[in-house]
Amino acid sequence: MAEVTGIKEIIKPENLVYKKTKIMTDNILSYCPGCGHGTAHRILAEIIDEEGLQSDTIGVSPVGCSVFLYHYLDVDIQEAAHGRAPAVATAIKRLLPDKFVFTYQGDGDLAAIGTAETIHACNRGENILIIFINNGIYGMTGGQMAPTTLAGMKSSTSPYGRDVKIMGYPLKMTDIVATLPGTYYVTRQSVHTPANVKKTKKAMRKAVQYQKLNKGTCFIEIVSNCPSGWKMTPTQSNKWMEENMFPFFPLGDLKTPEEKSV
Amino acid sequence: MAKIRGSIVVSIDKCKGCEVCMVSCPTGTIAMAKEVNSKGYNYAFPANPELCIGCANCAMVCPDGVITVYKTKI
Amino acid sequence: MEKELRLMKGNEAVAEAAIRAGTDGYFGYPITPQTEIIEYLMEAKPWETTGMIVLQAESEIAAINMVYGGAGCGKKVMTTSSSPGISLKQEGITYIAGAELPCLIVNVVRGGPGLGTIQPAQSDYFQSTKGGGHGDYHLIVLAPASVQEMADFVGLGFDLAFKYRNPVLMLSDGAIGQMMEKVYLSPQKERSKVVPEWATTGKPPTRERNIITSLELDPNAQERFNQKLVAKYNEIREKEVRYEELQCEDAEYLMVAYGTSARVCQKAMQLLREQGIKAGLLRPITLFPFPSKRINELADKVKGILSVEMSAGQMVEDVLLSVNGKVTVKHFGRMGGIVTTPEEVVDNLKSNIIGG
Repeated sequence: MAEVTGIKEIIKPENLVYKKTKIMTDNILSYCPGCGHGTAHRILAEIIDEEGLQSDTIGVSPVGCSVFLYHYLDVDIQEAAHGRAPAVATAIKRLLPDKFVFTYQGDGDLAAIGTAETIHACNRGENILIIFINNGIYGMTGGQMAPTTLAGMKSSTSPYGRDVKIMGYPLKMTDIVATLPGTYYVTRQSVHTPANVKKTKKAMRKAVQYQKLNKGTCFIEIVSNCPSGWKMTPTQSNKWMEENMFPFFPLGDLKTPEEKSV
Repeated sequence: MAKIRGSIVVSIDKCKGCEVCMVSCPTGTIAMAKEVNSKGYNYAFPANPELCIGCANCAMVCPDGVITVYKTKI
Repeated sequence: MEKELRLMKGNEAVAEAAIRAGTDGYFGYPITPQTEIIEYLMEAKPWETTGMIVLQAESEIAAINMVYGGAGCGKKVMTTSSSPGISLKQEGITYIAGAELPCLIVNVVRGGPGLGTIQPAQSDYFQSTKGGGHGDYHLIVLAPASVQEMADFVGLGFDLAFKYRNPVLMLSDGAIGQMMEKVYLSPQKERSKVVPEWATTGKPPTRERNIITSLELDPNAQERFNQKLVAKYNEIREKEVRYEELQCEDAEYLMVAYGTSARVCQKAMQLLREQGIKAGLLRPITLFPFPSKRINELADKVKGILSVEMSAGQMVEDVLLSVNGKVTVKHFGRMGGIVTTPEEVVDNLKSNIIGG
């Protein structure tokens, strides 16, 4: 495969700082340029690799842009019907309680059609990790309004901007699940800068370790971009996300075990 | 005094030219090529390789995982 | 092996049989007339004895998707419901069929359409045998006519499901679900430790990752898959037809009926014979695959066929297809949750088949 390199003398195995994990397959990602999905996948893959979980992981992929998660992560994966991943994961974890089980879902999957499955899995405190990629739009089907589309935000089904009087308000699912006693660790992160990538990775590592404690659901929302749906370049979309999405969906922990024990 | 020097390897045909790595690079090492790869994207490359400090910011934010990073003390 | 004799409701028998069959997981939701199944399981606490998971899901939709997840792991999993709940499950069922997963679904049918009534009916025949969910697939459909069969078909259903990697539907009705009869229960089977090679259980270094999915965007690959399913269903049609014949050897008039209607027709047959009319009964046990061949053979010997079904006439279409014009076929059945009486069947056969 064609490569372009920096200073060749430095390129030696003993100098290696970062290489893509083998848990990510070599398949080319189908995501648009600059889309946060790829970064989120890679962080999860690195955690699975570093924690030695490849042979103990079962993932559940959604319907949405990331329906092909199973082409990119080299672990056993079940494709769920739209919104149903938490129910699928519930059965997997209850029948195979020693495995690391996660769902990976978008905003339509988790907060529209799958709202009941999301809330009830969290309410039962299923010992799974739910990863929620929130980019405020339906990417795969061409950019329609999502439950998390911001007020006034344009989409193909809200071409004049989301009118909250007609379409309701953007839904803060993460805040809702944080109120449920069944959730153990709830946090909101992003993956658009190195600092945020590091924080997200830390959050995922915690979630993996917490799952072994069997104390409830871990829920990680990743506020992400959709350059195609938002009709911006990738770098523009990251800036827009910082200026518009983060004020409404602020990053940080909403619920941590230390708080819970108080 | 020992200086940290880095070197990145970019997989040209997997790069989608999103520029997120360029924005994350603290030293201005990365630029987008004037040529396009086989998919038609202007791929990222180390335009100023001597500035690279091997911080791996670029690799960390790359959505497609196309960058491998090396560093050494000189 | 010793079987245990008990007096039980049909619904209870399903639950007890499920435990004894070594089921790994039951996921359900209350709905009349089958709620006793989950209530029985919750009271029996099989998680303490066999480790069987019993979970009341938040909806029938969640329950069938839990079945999908468990089946994908190669486990013996099942769900039960009644007509409106089975409608909710259709999405999950087509996904299970499309992913070629084994599982057992039980429908204790009530009158419809819509919210309908809680009394028994047989108006889900089309839903069960002609699809229900979208796409080209079939369920293997077992139709019990007694509490004993409701118990026996749990084990049979799972065997067929795993043999063909296909969902199996037990199509019962509210009468059989609620009635109490003697039932001989099989001894406790140990939960299987066998892991199918296609199941998602965590990818060891020795194999490629297993993916459970029904998605295929390449039309050629999808057509090949559809053809694979067609071949599977043809094999099932060839090998898994089950039915019972009563007094068909010398029959001049044939009744075709399943489930509760078959019991009614059995009495009707007795009454007809007392009146000198040589009636026989063919009771399909598998509704898919339908005993078309046998009905076609019997059509050569009889003067008319009455298809009896508590519906507006659903199975009668398969009887007509099987008979292929050889002889008159008519439908009779009460609706609205009303169980047909033997006398009504006798009158109808006399006026519509013999008279008509």
